[in-house]
Amino acid sequence: MNVDLSALDLSRSGDLLVALAPELLLTLAALVVLLVVAWRHRTPQDLRRAGWVTLAGLGVAALATWFLWWNVARASGIAAMIAVDDFRFVADWLFLGTAALTVLVSFRYLEREELWAPEYYVLLLFATLGMTLMAGAEDLMVLFLGLELMSVSVYVLAGINRRSAPAAEAALKYFLLGAFASGFLLYGIALVYGATATTNFTLIGVQVATLGLQHDTMLLLGLGLLLVGFGFKVAAVPFHMWAPDVYDGSPTPVTGYMATAVKAAAFAALFRLLGEAFGAVPAWREIVWWLAVATMVVGNLIALAQRSFKRMLAYSSIAHAGYLLVAVAAGTAAGSAAFVFYLVAYTLMTVAAFALLAAKGTGGERDVAIDDLAGLAQRRPWLAFALAVCMLSLLGFPGTAGFIGKWYILVAAVAAGQGLLAAILVLASVISAGYYLPVIMAMYMKPEPGEQAHAGMQLGPLGNAVVAVSVAGLLFFGVRPNRLLEIARTSGASVRVAPAVSSSAPPAARDASGR
Amino acid sequence: MPGTLVIFWGFAGLALASALLCITRRSAVASALWLVVTLFALAALFVLLDAQFIAVLQVLVYAGAIMVLFLFVIMLLNLGRPGPSDVKGPLGVGTACLLGGVLLFQLWILRKAVPSAPIQLPPGSMARLQQEQGLVGAIARPLFDTYLIPFEITSLLLLAAIVGAVVLAKRKL
Repeated sequence: MNVDLSALDLSRSGDLLVALAPELLLTLAALVVLLVVAWRHRTPQDLRRAGWVTLAGLGVAALATWFLWWNVARASGIAAMIAVDDFRFVADWLFLGTAALTVLVSFRYLEREELWAPEYYVLLLFATLGMTLMAGAEDLMVLFLGLELMSVSVYVLAGINRRSAPAAEAALKYFLLGAFASGFLLYGIALVYGATATTNFTLIGVQVATLGLQHDTMLLLGLGLLLVGFGFKVAAVPFHMWAPDVYDGSPTPVTGYMATAVKAAAFAALFRLLGEAFGAVPAWREIVWWLAVATMVVGNLIALAQRSFKRMLAYSSIAHAGYLLVAVAAGTAAGSAAFVFYLVAYTLMTVAAFALLAAKGTGGERDVAIDDLAGLAQRRPWLAFALAVCMLSLLGFPGTAGFIGKWYILVAAVAAGQGLLAAILVLASVISAGYYLPVIMAMYMKPEPGEQAHAGMQLGPLGNAVVAVSVAGLLFFGVRPNRLLEIARTSGASVRVAPAVSSSAPPAARDASGR
Repeated sequence: MPGTLVIFWGFAGLALASALLCITRRSAVASALWLVVTLFALAALFVLLDAQFIAVLQVLVYAGAIMVLFLFVIMLLNLGRPGPSDVKGPLGVGTACLLGGVLLFQLWILRKAVPSAPIQLPPGSMARLQQEQGLVGAIARPLFDTYLIPFEITSLLLLAAIVGAVVLAKRKL
């Protein structure tokens, strides 16, 4: 189906509806699920029905996103509020796909843990909606509201198991620190608005260039506070304190969702914000540089000391935030392509790893130590193989998507003159072998502790499908990354980076509210 | 002009004093009632800023509906009795004083500050806007035009928060 969507005028309601179609359909899906759930919510069948309706909603939204992407939808002029570009579409796919995988894993998990709360799926849809808004935000207000919509839903998802004390602790900790981070973000937004008189990303970029605000104290303070807020959300060191406890206490499918989609959404928004609004401000590169170094080194070192598999994965996800920050710090076209590619690879491997962990533990995956996986390869060769592929991909072993992703990040960093950062990334990856490889060693080289040690490890057909799809994706993109890289490149390039300062910049437009 | 100034200082002082009383009272009901006074005083300040519509909303929504809700919750949870102070020990008091001092110092520096050029509107532009679009139109037009998308997201945010609160708090789902 080919329709000309190359110049959507977002001030006309019809064009606005088309541009927002994925978000609107997702909202509709959330409301439909909410109604279905209010009507029938007593039996396991009702829970499953809510899950299937959720999946259908995610599918329809993905189709709408594909329709916009296929027809190369673009906004004419400066996009107010919401961006219409490939970066948004690709990020939306990532969020919708992660949400779908999470739903598939949740079917069995919710029944096993007897969590008869079908509102789980409603909140999952709301969280995904918040993410799509974050990735498409062209305005600090939309960015903040999307972030809050996502965060509020995920706070509740973290504590959805009301019988579990660790889950309650996780939810409360996440809520309090998340609210704190939102405060930083809002303060930063206020200062940026004070310095530039606009909340539109592109117009901020224009104002910075025309008014020469690169070294303006208020703008830099605002930028710093924004980075602190985002640092909390992506769990970058030194703002990572909440992450291990929250990841540890939450239900495992939710942890997988938090470690992938939530983090990816915050990264996508950060990427667009830094590129479009602060492209001409050199100060953030140095801050992100230090954040990346601290996150990679500290995340990997603490992960080494973990006995619990779930906590190890939590620290590993902190370390991976560091790798992604390297791609952000590179700040070039190659960096943006590597960034999108690595986001996809990281999501696949982490979702699969958490799905396998959810299958391993019954009534509390918190206690699964790495040694508990001993002998898994004899008893469950395919599950062991899948977990081994995930670990190797997280490590960045050649032949997996994790390797290709890291490779492109390294290339981008070196090309951008960040050789030292690239070297630290390689060293950090070497450290990470110290905690990924013992998992494989335990599975393949240690004897099974008891006869029935792995008897309860069941994924169910849907969970198996999730793991199979993820592992197949990891291996496929590890060998043939071309197509995905091409999509990553065009989408990364569609974020219009604010031009460096030039004397011939267009005159500053008044804030959109003035029209 | 002095008349307006007298009204301003009167209501500003009232807002500050009642806000102070709101956070120092031990009883939750007394705190809530002082908060009502603060919100009324703020509504008066909005009138002085030519924002009559916002002032009316302030009284209707904040001083009215939301405060009634607060009082209901306080009474339902039986929080009416005075509890222990939130500020514990000399360390807490010291930290609070220090942070308050920093804030006062910032305000002292800012007393002469001029807002940066981009955010200054020409004088009288508010009155002109209200002349053209009416008191309500000056608020409603941007809300449903320029800021339509954030406005709609806010409603979804509230819905998500309600669903979440019910999921977490309901005794039996």
